[in-house]
Amino acid sequence: MTAFPCKPALLVALALLTGATVAPARAQSTVAEGQKLAFDRGKGNCLTCHVIKGGDLPGTIGPELKDLRAKYPDRNELVAIIFDETKRNPQTMMPPFGRNRILTEQEINAIVDFLQTL
Amino acid sequence: MKTRVHLLLGSLGAALIAFALASPRVIAADKVDPVADAKAFQNFFFQKFPNVKHEDFVNGPYSMNEDMKRQWQEKEEFPPYEFALDAGKEMFATPFKNGKTYADCFPNGGIGIRQNYPYFDTKEGKVITLELALNRCREANGEAPYSYVKDEMASLTAYMAYTSRGKLMDIKIPDDPRALAAFENGKRYFYTRRGQMNFSCASCHVQSPGERIRAETLAPALGILNAMPIYRSEWSGMGTTSRRFVTCNSQTRAVPLEPQSDEYRDVEYFLSYVANGLPISGPGARP
Repeated sequence: MTAFPCKPALLVALALLTGATVAPARAQSTVAEGQKLAFDRGKGNCLTCHVIKGGDLPGTIGPELKDLRAKYPDRNELVAIIFDETKRNPQTMMPPFGRNRILTEQEINAIVDFLQTL
Repeated sequence: MKTRVHLLLGSLGAALIAFALASPRVIAADKVDPVADAKAFQNFFFQKFPNVKHEDFVNGPYSMNEDMKRQWQEKEEFPPYEFALDAGKEMFATPFKNGKTYADCFPNGGIGIRQNYPYFDTKEGKVITLELALNRCREANGEAPYSYVKDEMASLTAYMAYTSRGKLMDIKIPDDPRALAAFENGKRYFYTRRGQMNFSCASCHVQSPGERIRAETLAPALGILNAMPIYRSEWSGMGTTSRRFVTCNSQTRAVPLEPQSDEYRDVEYFLSYVANGLPISGPGARP
């Protein structure tokens, strides 16, 4: 009980320290994770409709996924499209990955990390 | 006070006139009009694919892609549905235990009649598909019904389709409000989004025919049932219209209905009616 006031500060310091050292490695791994999800038939399955660099036998329904950082400087736009594109375009074929819980928020973010490298 | 009454009467009058002018259009739009629907449906595809011959739509993805079409035409020399076709022919001719045959259950002995199914039974008030009629025939003759999705049912319908090849789809909607309701219900099901993927039947087969999902070319909805049943490489075997509906639902992560449930029968009624005038091409082969 006496040690209690110290704990949060210690934790914050620890988090900051580890965060600072681990951050670049973590970004790298989310890009790889995002690519895996984007190609995975049971998950993002982006390749079924979109041409994506590095993916075999892409579909033709959606536009090619490239130069996305230039097209969507705000990553939240990409997150919103993946979460539920029917909000912007009610006629879209694109499944509402977030709304229908095909992907978690974390998975969508990893895919966006990957998309921004294209 | 007087001006207020005048104003009130005036606006009422204006509203009535507006209603009278607008209502015929509203009624026209709300009325179930299968003839107009079929015409619009066919024109949509004819205009979207001006180079595809109208009778070619019944060949699904092969009508959308020349290379695929050539490969398929070669395959048709030794078609993968041939075993089912032969089996179906034999089954069709083999009497039930009571000595009767399938021919006794159908007009014209069941030969060359595929294009008239499904039909609306005004006594029962429901859509009767060929698959349903076949199982009812079996049950009426003391035989156990077959699974609706493949094997024997696919063989029997393959043979019946084969004897009807080239005949034009000829689905009737009798002057019965229940028949119109069945058509409308099938249409609603076809255009309603459902399942985790949020697709309707139309998302793929009206909005995107000819497009590819990965390596697979999406077939146009127009004439899609004229080719049933089909040998599908993806299934490594034959499948019926029922199988097609069930797998479409499950592939888009929607909950499939029971084969030959009322809604599936209504979808089949709608899709067949809007393909009126196109030839029967079944049994078919698909990737």
